[in-house]
Amino acid sequence: MSKVSRRTLIATGLGAAVGASGLAVAAKLARRYGLIPPDGGGLYGPGETLTYAAQRILTRHSMARRFRREQISKPPFPNEVGPLGERFRRLQEGGFAEWRLTVDGMVARPASFSLAELKGIPKASQITHLACEEGWSYIAEWIGLPLFYLLDVVETLPQARYVVYRSIQPDWWESIDMADALHPQTFVTHGMNGGELPVEFGGPLRLRVPRQLGYKSVKYLASITLTDNLKQFGKGLGSASPEGGYAWYAGI
Amino acid sequence: MADSAWAPVSTSAVPATIVRPRHSALVRVTHWTTTLAFLALLLSGIEILISHPRFYWGETGNILTRPLFQFPIPASRSTVPTGYGYVLPDQNGWSRYLHFQSGWVAVLTGLLYVLFGLFQGHFRRNLLPARADLSRKGLWTVIARHLRFRPAGPEEPWSYNVLQRLTYLLVIFVLFPLVIWTGLAMSPGIAAAFPAAVVILGGQQSARTMHFFITVLLVLFLLVHVVMVCLSGFRKRVRAMISGRSATDMEQT
Repeated sequence: MSKVSRRTLIATGLGAAVGASGLAVAAKLARRYGLIPPDGGGLYGPGETLTYAAQRILTRHSMARRFRREQISKPPFPNEVGPLGERFRRLQEGGFAEWRLTVDGMVARPASFSLAELKGIPKASQITHLACEEGWSYIAEWIGLPLFYLLDVVETLPQARYVVYRSIQPDWWESIDMADALHPQTFVTHGMNGGELPVEFGGPLRLRVPRQLGYKSVKYLASITLTDNLKQFGKGLGSASPEGGYAWYAGI
Repeated sequence: MADSAWAPVSTSAVPATIVRPRHSALVRVTHWTTTLAFLALLLSGIEILISHPRFYWGETGNILTRPLFQFPIPASRSTVPTGYGYVLPDQNGWSRYLHFQSGWVAVLTGLLYVLFGLFQGHFRRNLLPARADLSRKGLWTVIARHLRFRPAGPEEPWSYNVLQRLTYLLVIFVLFPLVIWTGLAMSPGIAAAFPAAVVILGGQQSARTMHFFITVLLVLFLLVHVVMVCLSGFRKRVRAMISGRSATDMEQT
C-alpha cells in the first residue's frame, strides 16, 4: 500500500514540476516570438494567448479563401454604423476630394495621401468572405491596394511590430501585427463589386483584413501609425475592441 | 449470482456492503473539467446565438438572405428583424472570450483523456462493447429492460451496459470531434489555413448551422445522462465520480 502511494506521490510531483517548468518555458518562448496578444492579461488571457499563438504558428502565411465572381452576395449586407458626424458630412459633400490618409510613426518618410493619389496606384482586387462576429457573412469583391505597398512607400522601419489604424470616427481604431499588415490580402480598399466603395460599406476608404472578423476591417480609414509598442495607445490593450469587451485578435 | 467475482465470501446476516474502485483519477478529473467547460461553452454559445438567431446553409447568410430557420426570440442586435419591439443588451464580448477559453479547456482535457485512455486501456476495458452484447439479442435485452424501467443489473455499479458504452463512444469520438470541427470551420484564420475543413462542410454558414445541431445532440445527451444518474441513485453515482469508489448493498442485489 505504502509503495503504491509513494510511487503516486513521486509521479504526481514529477508531473507537476514538468508541467510548471513547461508552462514557464512556453510563456518565455511566446513572449520572445511575439505570440502574446496585447489583451493577453486578465481572466481570458490564457485562452486569447492560446488562440493567437496557435493561429500565428499555423496560419501566418495562409491566404484567405478566394471565391468566384458568381459567388458574390447580391446584395451584401451593410452593418449599421454610428452617426458619421459633421466632419465626415463636409468631406462627403466635397466628393471626398479632401479625404486624406496619413501614415506616420516608425517610418522613415511619414506621408499623407489623398484619395486621388491612392486611386492612382495600380489597383488590385480580391473576392473574399466577410464574417461578422455576430454570425452573418457575405462575399464581395474588394478593390484597392495591398497595405504592404503603402508601408513600403513610407519606408517602414524594421523595428515596427504593429500597425495602428483609425477611422474618422473618433472612438473607432484597431491594430494588427506585421503578419497581417504585410499579408498580401490586407487591402486599403476604395472600391467594391466593380464600383466605388459605398459609404455604408466604409467608403471612401476601408482597411480590409480578410483573415479576421469584420470588426477588424475599420470603415472610413483616416490614419495609420506604425509602432513597436501598443501600450501607448488608448488603454494599452491594443485597440478599441478590448476596451469595449471584444478580443483584439479576431481570427476566430 | 453466486458465481459473480465480487460476491462476498462471508454469509453473515448483516447486510454486506461492497466498496470497490469504480472510476480512475483521470476519468474523474477529466469528467468534471469537461462538465465545467461544456456548461461555459453552452451558456456563452447561447449568448452568441442571441446576437443573430438566424441560421443559413452554404457559404454566406445575412439579414438580406432567406434563412433556413429563425428562432422566434428577441436579438441583441437592432439589425435583426425579430418582431419584438426591443433589443437585448450586447453580451458578445465576454461570451466570445469565455467560449474560446472554455473551448481550449475542453479540447486540451479531451486530448489528455483520449491519450491516457488509449494508453491505460480505458476504452478497451470500459467502453468497447463485448461482441456478444452487440448481437441483436444482446442489444434487445438491454433496450427492453430500459423500456420496462427495470432496475440495473447487479454488475452495473462497476460496469457500463452496452447502451451506455455505445452512447459514450458516440459522444467522445463522433459528437465532440464534430462540434470542434464545425466550430473551427467558422474561424476566418482556420478557414484560410485549412480551406478543405470548410468546403467539406458545405460552407461557413453550413458549419455554423451544424455546430448548432451537434450542440443540440450534446445537450440531449447531457439531459438523458443526468436523468439516468438520478434514476440509478444520484448520490451514489455522483459520489463514485468524485471519490472513485462505488459501494453497493448486497441485500438489494
